[in-house]
Amino acid sequence: MPIEILMPALSPTMEEGTLSKWVKNEGDTVKSGDVIAEIETDKATMEVEAVDEGVIGKILIPAGTEGVKVNTAIAVLLQDGESADAMAAPKAAEKQAEAAAPKVEEAEKPTEQGSASAPVPAAPKGEIAADPDIPAGTEMVPTTVREALRDAMAEEMRRDDDVFVMGEEVAEYQGAYKITQGLLQEFGARRVIDTPITEHGFAGVGVGAAMTGLKPIVEFMTFNFAMQAIDQIINSAAKTLYMSGGQMGAPIVFRGPNGAAARVAAQHSQCYAAWYSHIPGLKVVMPYTAADAKGLLKAAIRDPNPVIFLENEILYGQSFDVPKMDDFVLPIGKARVHKKGNDATVVSFGIGMTYAIKAIAELEKDGIDVELIDLRTIRPMDLPTIIESVRKTGRLVVVEEGYPQSSVGTEIATRVMQQAFDYLDAPILTIAGKDVPMPYAANLEKLALPNVGEVVQAVKTVCYK
Amino acid sequence: MAPRKTASTSSRKTAAKPAKKDFTGGTIADFSKEDDLKAYREMLLIRRFEEKAGQLYGMGFIGGFCHLYIGQEAVVVGMQLALKEGDQVITGYRDHGHMLACGMSARGVMAELTGRRGGLSKGKGGSMHMFSKEKHFYGGHGIVGAQVSLGTGLAFANKYRGNDNVSLAYFGDGAANQGQVYESFNMAALWKLPVIYIIENNRYAMGTAVSRASAQTDFSQRGASFNIPGFQVDGMDVRAVKAAADEAVEHCRSGKGPIILEMQTYRYRGHSMSDPAKYRSKDEVQKMRSEHDPIEQVRARLLENKWASEDDLKQIDKDVRDIVADSADFAQADPEPDASELYTDILL
Repeated sequence: MPIEILMPALSPTMEEGTLSKWVKNEGDTVKSGDVIAEIETDKATMEVEAVDEGVIGKILIPAGTEGVKVNTAIAVLLQDGESADAMAAPKAAEKQAEAAAPKVEEAEKPTEQGSASAPVPAAPKGEIAADPDIPAGTEMVPTTVREALRDAMAEEMRRDDDVFVMGEEVAEYQGAYKITQGLLQEFGARRVIDTPITEHGFAGVGVGAAMTGLKPIVEFMTFNFAMQAIDQIINSAAKTLYMSGGQMGAPIVFRGPNGAAARVAAQHSQCYAAWYSHIPGLKVVMPYTAADAKGLLKAAIRDPNPVIFLENEILYGQSFDVPKMDDFVLPIGKARVHKKGNDATVVSFGIGMTYAIKAIAELEKDGIDVELIDLRTIRPMDLPTIIESVRKTGRLVVVEEGYPQSSVGTEIATRVMQQAFDYLDAPILTIAGKDVPMPYAANLEKLALPNVGEVVQAVKTVCYK
Repeated sequence: MAPRKTASTSSRKTAAKPAKKDFTGGTIADFSKEDDLKAYREMLLIRRFEEKAGQLYGMGFIGGFCHLYIGQEAVVVGMQLALKEGDQVITGYRDHGHMLACGMSARGVMAELTGRRGGLSKGKGGSMHMFSKEKHFYGGHGIVGAQVSLGTGLAFANKYRGNDNVSLAYFGDGAANQGQVYESFNMAALWKLPVIYIIENNRYAMGTAVSRASAQTDFSQRGASFNIPGFQVDGMDVRAVKAAADEAVEHCRSGKGPIILEMQTYRYRGHSMSDPAKYRSKDEVQKMRSEHDPIEQVRARLLENKWASEDDLKQIDKDVRDIVADSADFAQADPEPDASELYTDILL
């Protein structure tokens, strides 16, 4: 059967072009890859190559024709033994695309952009289990966040040989912030790996190892340095499961201190909670207490997805009760009600909790009974717990250290406004770090961070007091 | 066309630069009839597949970006001949040839190009993002250079698990200038990871000739400051590629750490489908096609050695065309993914 050669598209947006020149003439023999014509658009001139072998039987569109629509037959190619006489008069419009695939009339053309008549399916709502019961009489052991994180890693490394930790100074130096203290001694250099100062590279090495099923814990000395690695975190770790149609993902934990420490200025002081929470395919955890740090890090290491685990240098040395249990694992994606109350809801997470806790103690003195929620996980976000609280109190304040624009607080405010508008008795207020790079000077740094007074005032405002 | 003995490409250096004495490079593997027939068939499959992909792109069945591998077929086919089960492959966005060479189905690749549910990524990845756990193919990466760190991680996993598999990380002369490439070289050499870095030097990073983008255009020497041996290989001769691959694989399997192979090759088509290729002359392209074509070399050898008749080759041609035509039919008839797939495969 004679084959129609069609006007090709040079890009998905091209609709027509000029057939500027025929390189081959009627009667010429062509084989795959031979240039047969040149076409032109407003952007470029391109060569049309033959895909099939044969003899050019007839040129249908003469050189110099402008406005030739894509997929119009421009010539007819004859196969072995076919003669030009045998050619059916081509009806280009009807027979578009037939040349390439005889069965094309059954073929479905791809959906055109914009003709999105199909409804967008609803995003799935995952059920997340509650925290495990801590049996009555369980011993509570005062533990620093630092120790809790170390214990979590050590327990998971004992449990699963596929778990290893890599990062700068994690082994011989015992961790820049001593989070990996003792791990090298227990697990050896095969599983506790000092890397060169090369965040982009070792993040990629970690993701590559994770794609084979290993479970790396990649420590960033601080998340500020992970900016060098953010492409591997987002484009490789977070998206591979989707791009592979579910074939392979990256069971990896990226952890390290995040946010402002003290007097380390702009490049070492920012919170990445909102940044990473923007990305589908990531989970983002930011614990406050040592118990949450332990239970959630263990969960993060076991999680088959990439998890961003945001710690805080100032919290590392703080001590909290941690239940002495064989295997204390907490659910990622579940907020924790830190204190029950009836007059207003305050939501915070990570070091933001330190401001919130002090503020609600002061507010209590003024007779305002605040319900304080520790979000713990930024993504997936436990909105039901927040909404339930807001339905009770009718007032909401969100507290965080990160920048105010496009923050976790503004996200919560939007979603609560959309889902619980009728329950709100006051506008939602957000307390965040100031919209400035972190200054070095002690007084300016203090001004740039949120403070307890701001939280107290915000709660009073939403309570109209 | 007369077969060439060494198939050296005229304008380029072909002598291997032995950074280490135990690696000869630059040799030509002794190919049996079976080797040549296999190489011929596999290279032809890639060539015909890519031509068809180009055609379907022109017809609007394939969207977005589409980077064809035409001209470079000997590289991946030759490398693949040296591998064993469990060895991993990872590459950038010019990946269709690598997938076919890894044994991934033509239907699966083509249907992914057309964004259909039978595609290897269920239509959610497209030309640049395909994977196969079964065939140990780790993508298909759209960010230039990212696959180098990832491929180093695959090698890390092999070493961690104590197996003797090697990882092949393919990237181009353009990617060779990315920072993470050198971060990876450093770690791979430091930890003696079994990774072969295959730099497919097709002379143009998109539209930029290597001499305009690279201070050191001998890419085989890019690992010199990490003591990674590197060799230039005639990437248009599948036998030269196979010989280099054998040595490189042996080097890695025996625990000597990474190695670099600069494959001197050439892409006939533009960088992507919408590239008019104004940065090089038609003569240059034509010269490569007529004098160094990787498939024609094997074809001529098969005929000269009387390992295959014209009819035999025609039959192979037909078989390959049938596979490609079948994949194209499938890729056009297969439905688009169900709307419910929008929210699947984001998290496990």
